Amino acid sequence: MELDAKLSTQPVLQMRSQRKRLWRTFVRNRMAIVGLFIVLFATLTAVFADDWFLAFFQDRDAQPLLAPFEPNKQDISRRYAEPSSQHLMGCDLYGRDYLSRIIYGGRVSLVVGVGSILLGCAVGTLMGIVAGYSGGRVENVMMRAIDVLISFPGLILALLLLTVLGAGISRMILAIGVGYASSFARLVHSATLAVKENDYVEAARAIGSSWPRIIRVHILPNILGELVVVSSLWTAGAIRAEANLSFLGLGVSPPTAAWGSMIRSGMSRLNIAPWLALYPGLAILLTVLGFNLLGDGLRDILDPRLQQ
Amino acid sequence: MLRYIVNRLMFTVPVLLAVLTSVFFIIRIVPGDPAVSALGDYASQSAVEALREKMGLNEPLYMQYFFFLRDLLRGDLGTSLISGKSLGDQIAYALPYTLELMAASVLVGTLFGLPLGVFTALNRNSLADYMGRIFSLLGLSMPSFFFAIILMLVFAVKLGVLPAIGGGDLGNPVDNLQHLVLPALTLGLIMVASTTRLTRSAMLNVLSEDFVRTARAKGLEERAVIFRHALRAAMVPVVSLIGLWVISLSGGSLIMEVVFSRPGLGKIMVGAVMQRDYTTLQSMVVIYTLFVVLVNLLTELIYSLVDPRITH
Repeated sequence: MELDAKLSTQPVLQMRSQRKRLWRTFVRNRMAIVGLFIVLFATLTAVFADDWFLAFFQDRDAQPLLAPFEPNKQDISRRYAEPSSQHLMGCDLYGRDYLSRIIYGGRVSLVVGVGSILLGCAVGTLMGIVAGYSGGRVENVMMRAIDVLISFPGLILALLLLTVLGAGISRMILAIGVGYASSFARLVHSATLAVKENDYVEAARAIGSSWPRIIRVHILPNILGELVVVSSLWTAGAIRAEANLSFLGLGVSPPTAAWGSMIRSGMSRLNIAPWLALYPGLAILLTVLGFNLLGDGLRDILDPRLQQ
Repeated sequence: MLRYIVNRLMFTVPVLLAVLTSVFFIIRIVPGDPAVSALGDYASQSAVEALREKMGLNEPLYMQYFFFLRDLLRGDLGTSLISGKSLGDQIAYALPYTLELMAASVLVGTLFGLPLGVFTALNRNSLADYMGRIFSLLGLSMPSFFFAIILMLVFAVKLGVLPAIGGGDLGNPVDNLQHLVLPALTLGLIMVASTTRLTRSAMLNVLSEDFVRTARAKGLEERAVIFRHALRAAMVPVVSLIGLWVISLSGGSLIMEVVFSRPGLGKIMVGAVMQRDYTTLQSMVVIYTLFVVLVNLLTELIYSLVDPRITH
């Protein structure tokens, strides 16, 4: 009885200590902590830019919360106002408070960046696992389809899809996500092939486990770590892709603030108001850097070869 | 070797055909009549009908597809839906600008990136290594148009030493080069970041391999160990990174052409997107995918030269 109890708690203890060890490695990785803080900061400012969560229940329009002003409120007398104590980042062509617009603009970047990676990860992982696990003709057809998709450069594919589908947040998520789906599919496909060769998968098949169960219990947990790492790194890429599309004028329609389109309109006033192009650029740089640092840090702690 | 090349070519043709087919059909998803969008909503019925006839839109879909492939095989890229100008001429004018930008960027990216990567790997955990890693992370996170604007602010607006916009005169090397510096530096320095990073980690991996220890053990000079043995093996992943970079330069050069108002393929592409010029859009996407397929093929060939294991 005593022995039995001991046996059953051992794996739990082991798991807890492993989790603790991973957490300690993560905390010791200073770059990763900086990354985590940047990502949290960007997320929180975007979420709490206004009090939408209260407004939703009280059935009224949202009021700015973290943002000092309404992002779209114009005041022509403040046109191109320089940064001051009242308007920390100055005002734009229409006298709109630039800090508020940057805070609201983060929403577009994060929603599109995270959304397209979630979409790409879901679709790509499914394709990769099915192709890798089933093998034969199914695998062949799916992987050739992915070869075709990969032959489109990401930006060109997104431009083509946005022209055909029209602009907007959900279309941007689709246009960027499709490109990442093929990258996820390739990654998961090769990981699945590697895991499939293991004896325990063979054993599971021998005792008659169904293939959805084998995928859920044996294959997915094995590739989860790698998926988390690349998802973080590729979110950085997707945010850059969103910025590119907004910069080219294919993002959300005005007056909604997006960092890329703010840089685009700030660019024409570089000599009189350079901050209009610089602040949103710094916002993109910092957010992307955060996801890159976080992804790098996660890779370091999840890669057992680096853990000695 | 020859058999390997032929093999790869045979594999490329079906992929290319599938790519062209998907471009053709994606463009055909567009709602509405391309002839109406070209002429505007107030065009007369007979004008729309005449343009539809001229564009071949009255043919059944499979005939349109067949004509599309036939024209491509002849090297005929068609005419712009909006301006009616020949696309072949427009591309012939723009192509040198885009190619010189791509070539200059890759040159900057590899000429600085490779030595930096080797140097930081050999001086691991030194101050230079630490700085290099921070620089790499910044480069990996930098949106190209933002970096371009910073360079433009410094060198064109403040110092006034380099032109901020235009592509320069191709017949005048000095003028052309001056216009090339800022966009090529923008893309090139961003590329340095990832080349340095990958070369560094590839070198570090290789330096702990047995064959490097063997080379050292047999008393080879350190320089020979690094350059003749380690570097060649470390080049394998770097070659594929450079291939990927050249492909991503299709998007990068497009952004630079917009920022610096340079003529080029990207400029034509963006113009087509803005004006909903579907014939131009279709031909441009075809050009870009042809480029990708070609670069992939070339990368694999170089790959097989660097790593002799592949052809066997």
